[in-house]
Formats: sequence, structure tokens, C-alpha cells
Amino acid sequence: MTDSTVQAPPSKAEAAQETAAAGPDSRPGAAIRTDDLRKTYTTSRGNVDAVRGISLDVAPGEFFGLLGPNGAGKSTTIGMLTTLIVPTGGRAWVSGIDVVANPVGVKRTIGVVPQNNTLDMQLSVTENLEFRGRFFGLSRRDALRRADQLVNAFGLTDRRRAMATDLSGGQARRLMIARALVHRPDVLFLDEPTAGLDPQTRVNLWDTLRALHDEGQTILLTTHYMEEAEALCDRVAVVDHGLVLAAGTIDELKQGAGADTVITVRYDGDAAAVDAATLLDGRPTVGKVETEGDQVRVFTKDPAGILGELVTAGARAGLTVRDAAQLKPSLETVFLTLTGREYRE
Amino acid sequence: MTTTTPTPPPGAPSPAPGAPSSSAAAAPDRTVAVITGAPEPHPTTWKTFAAMMAREFRVLGRNAPSTFIRSVIQPLLWVFVFTYVLPKIGAAGSFEAGAARGNGTTFSTILLPGLMASMLLMQGILGTTFPLVMEFSWQRTIEDRALAPVPLGVLAFEKMVAGAIQGFVGALIVVPIVLFVHASGQSPHAHVTNWFLLALILVAASMMTAALGLLLGTLMDPRKMQMLFAVILLPATMLGCVYYPWSALHSIRWLQIAVLFNPMIYISEGLRSVLTPGIGHLATWAILLVLVGGAVLIGYLGTITFRRRVLN
Ligand SMILES: Nc1ncnc2c1ncn2[C@@H]1O[C@H](COP(=O)(O)OP(=O)(O)O)[C@@H](O)[C@H]1O
Ligand SMILES: [Mg+2]
Repeated sequence: MTDSTVQAPPSKAEAAQETAAAGPDSRPGAAIRTDDLRKTYTTSRGNVDAVRGISLDVAPGEFFGLLGPNGAGKSTTIGMLTTLIVPTGGRAWVSGIDVVANPVGVKRTIGVVPQNNTLDMQLSVTENLEFRGRFFGLSRRDALRRADQLVNAFGLTDRRRAMATDLSGGQARRLMIARALVHRPDVLFLDEPTAGLDPQTRVNLWDTLRALHDEGQTILLTTHYMEEAEALCDRVAVVDHGLVLAAGTIDELKQGAGADTVITVRYDGDAAAVDAATLLDGRPTVGKVETEGDQVRVFTKDPAGILGELVTAGARAGLTVRDAAQLKPSLETVFLTLTGREYRE
Repeated sequence: MTTTTPTPPPGAPSPAPGAPSSSAAAAPDRTVAVITGAPEPHPTTWKTFAAMMAREFRVLGRNAPSTFIRSVIQPLLWVFVFTYVLPKIGAAGSFEAGAARGNGTTFSTILLPGLMASMLLMQGILGTTFPLVMEFSWQRTIEDRALAPVPLGVLAFEKMVAGAIQGFVGALIVVPIVLFVHASGQSPHAHVTNWFLLALILVAASMMTAALGLLLGTLMDPRKMQMLFAVILLPATMLGCVYYPWSALHSIRWLQIAVLFNPMIYISEGLRSVLTPGIGHLATWAILLVLVGGAVLIGYLGTITFRRRVLN
């Protein structure tokens, strides 16, 4: 048992100085920074490269999103940033503190809402908050007062005495967020906070998160819902297979590589007969044309008229259109452009 | 023509990005207090440790009736059958002869330290292992405690102390039961020769059993909890010099040597050495060596396996 922690922890001001003095590697002021962060799990069935070199930079006060499908490596990344998963490569800092060298220091400055429900099932709603406060050094009185404040702010007043086991999904999620905020963390981590919630509850939770963000809370959120990242985040990193495919503001992403409208047409026969590439050759706004099996996919800045041409060309080749879709530029088209795969939730 | 755009969840008002937050029924509009209006926490290892212990006792207190019944029923039944029923029906003679070799020692004299040790082992191990197994399985609620601002070793130590206290109390509960439940003439002959040594043995034994509990709780597959009773607790107790003193095993020499590998006998013989000195017991140095050394060594191993279970 090490005792680097017996002395009183630094106040926020001291912590800020510490951050500033944390050396050239840790850029002062960054709330979260990772440098080629990697994790390979060793299992009996071989190695799993869950995170294959992720570099992020999140500023204080920012609402940052990690967006990616299941298995992309989001939870593993959050796990490393919150000290419970040990990286196998690269480095990471939270509030300027190295997550491997000083996990206790990191734990003091973060609040974590994991993907699974880790509420203390043997305690009531209030007690979950009370003890979290006491774990972080609040006196019993302060902890109870803080619990009260949070119970009210998170709309759990009439459930305060309920056991954590008896909460609905949405209530449990709200309590987990409240609990993560008890000790005023510098950075709040939320791993898929709305997964499995009904739509109304999800939208309510979005409001809660926006309000926190408005108050200046730095938030890193992971999600596999495109519209969630779009609705909440200042900046997003799109991750898949343990790598960042693209990062930036939603607008930047849409302007960037995947800024295209994606038109997909499926015929009732071999789409090669349409010869879409030649057909659309003259249009400068068309980026890419892919023909695969019975379908043609066109990436374009200006979708006007293209769908009609594809239908006509199909008819000329004796094909009928079975299905057609036009995706406006969105994270979904970004993903499609970057990976060539449909976004699977 | 179908136009597919990312759809908001059905039935939900479409929240435009960056739109001012509408205050829905359950959503807070008072979060200003959530960040700025809160006391500044100043955690220290000690405060966190104390808070974790307070949490254990809050939970234990809530389950007190069932915990109490669990730790009373077993010794009560044992004592009732062996020091009341059997002597009354004249069947205990063989025990006395076998156990104390007819030197007038009552069976309850043998049973007092033995049952204390047995309950100490059971409560100490279960009091540590059960909560751990629960917190490691399913939702891994241990992650919540693991995020408290202390090294993971402190959390492991806290789990041990909580289990050790249960073992300690479990042993003490046996005392009044053995003292008061018996047929006439079957009372135990016990007196404490050295209070300090008694305390030392109880504390070391409690910590050793809790350390075992930590090791088991972090190594064991939660689906095989029943194995704990069949493979560990039952053999440890039956062959743990609970119902007979170690010295009485001299007539089965191989067994007398084999049981030296059972940590349980150092608890029962240790308590025997300070509570019922009239009965021959293992050397005190050996007892202390195993109890204190075992607590430290097993505790250390348990902390390592604990860290390994928590971290990925
Ligand atoms: N403890 C583990 N052991 C082995 N493989 C794991 C473990 N945790 C996650 N993985 C694997 O690592 C990859 C990334 O998982 P995860 O980070 O949970 O993704 P996400 O949160 O984006 O869904 C997946 O392929 C997953 O199966
Ligand atoms: Mg995940």
C-alpha cells in the first residue's frame, strides 16, 4: 500500500499549478490528452487489439464525443482514461496528470458513469450519493447536504429513500450521473449514457447533459448513436476498430472527406449494366461512384438530378429500381465515406 | 424516392443541435448548484478508508438480523447436540474418552475454542468472499469503489478488515452459547491465562481468515460458490481440531502431521492455548508464526489478485 496520498490533496488552484508544471509531454490546460494510446487484451483465445493508437486532445469546458459502433474500442479508451484499464502502449493525461503514473491523482479529478449499472445495490439513492461524497473526503454532514442537493437537481426527490435496485433505467442513469458529480470532478466521463433508454428519457437526459455543459463541465461522452453525438458534442472523434477515423466539429466532419450526399440505388439485376461511372463522368461534383452487385452508390456534393439519371439509365439497361436512398451529409455519410461500410448501430 | 436522414428517436421532439435546453419534466433546470454550489472535497487515504468502513457497517447493520442468525444457529445447534443431547442420552462418553482421554475434561471444554475457531473461520472467509464475489460478478459494482481516490491496495485492505471484524464477532458470539447451553455437569473449564495473547490470536486469526477470503473471492469463479463449502470450509473445519485437540491425534500420527497444513488448526489450538490451558496444545510460537505470517503473506497475495481482478 503506497502512501503518496496521505497528505491533503491539492486544491483546485494547486492542481492547476501542478498541471502547468507537469512537463512538456502534457500540454498544460488540456483536460484530456492521449498520445498513441493502445490496448491489447491478452485472452486465452489470442490477443485482441481493442485500441490501436488513439490520440485525442480535449480542452477544458469542451463536450467531446467518441462515436463508433459496438466493439470500436470506446469503453476501453474510457477505461484507460479512468485508470481501471492499463494501457499497453502510448500515454494519457487527465487534467495534466498521467493516468498510469498517478492513478490516484486522476481519480480525484474525474467523475465516471460507466456503461453498466455500478450503483451500490445495497444502499438507497441518498446513501449512494452520501457515501460517494464521504469517499472523497466530505464530512457526513456535508455529504448528506450534497446528496440532498443532487437528489433535487436530478429529479429523484421522491425516490430518495428507494434502494438502488428498485430504480427504473432512467432513474438509475440519472443517479449514476449525480453520483459522478458529487465531488465536483474536473472531467466527467459518460460511457453510452443513453443506451437502452426509451426515447423520452433519452431526450431528457440530453437536456441534463447540455445544462451541465452550459455550466462549464468538461465532458467526454461515448455513444454509438449518431444523432446523440450530433445533438450534444462540440467535437467528435469517429472511431472504429480501435482507430480514430476522423475528428473535428460536426461541421468540419461534414465539410471534410465525407462531406457528400450519398445516393444508393438498388436494381433488380446486375448494376454493372447501368455503367454509372461513365454516366456520371461529366459531373465535377460527383466524388466517387461504386458499383457492387445489384447496387450503385454515388458520393456527391450536388445530388440534384442524379437519382433520376440512375433510374432512367437503369430502365435503358432493362433494370427496375427496387430501392433508392439519398443520405444528406451527416455523421452517417461521413462514416460511410471513411469506412465504405454502412454505419451499424 | 426514399430519403433517409438520421432520425431522432420516434416520438421524441427533434432536438436541433445547440438548441436551448427545454426543461422537460424529469430534467433538471437547477444544475447551477450542481457544480458551483458544492463543498470542495479534500480526500485523504484515511478519510476514504473510514468512509468505506462506514459503508460496510451501514450494509451489515441493515442485514444484521440475518447475519446474526447465521452466526448463532450453527454453534447453538452444535453445542445443544453435543453438550446437552448426547450427554443426556449417554452417548457422549466416547467423545470424552476420545477427545480428552478420560482426564475428566468435559466435551464443552474442547468445543469452546474449537467452535470459536470454526465460526471465526467461516464468518471471516464468508464475510470477505461473499461481498467480493457479488461485486465482481454481473455489473462489477466494485468499479464504483475502485474509483475512490485511494490506491487499490487500500480498498483490498478495507475489504479484509471488514471481513476480519465479522470473523472476530463470530468467534465472540460462540462464547456465551458454550458457557450457558449444556447439560448439568457439562460446563466448560475455561479461564483466560493471558488477555494480551488472546487478543493477539483473535486479531491475527481474523485477519488471516479475511485474507483467505480475499484470495478466494478474487480467484474463485462466482458460479462455483458451493464448492467453497464442500472443498474448503467443511474439510478445514472437520480436520481443524475443532472437536478434538491436536494432541489427541497422536494415535493417528499421519493425520496429526497432515493437519499441520490446515491453517484452521492454528486458530483452534491458539484459542485452546489461552482459554483452556489444561489441555495440551501446539507450541505458541508455531501458532503465532502461522497466524501472523499467514495473515501478512496471504493478505499480500490477495491484494495482488485483487488488483489483477479490478484492473484490466
Ligand atoms: N476484457 C476484455 N478482454 C478481451 N477483449 C475485450 C475485453 N474488453 C473488450 N474487449 C474487446 O475489445 C474490443 C473493444 O471493446 P470495447 O472497448 O468494449 O468497445 P465499445 O465500447 O466501443 O463497444 C471489442 O472487440 C471487445 O470484444
Ligand atoms: Mg462500450
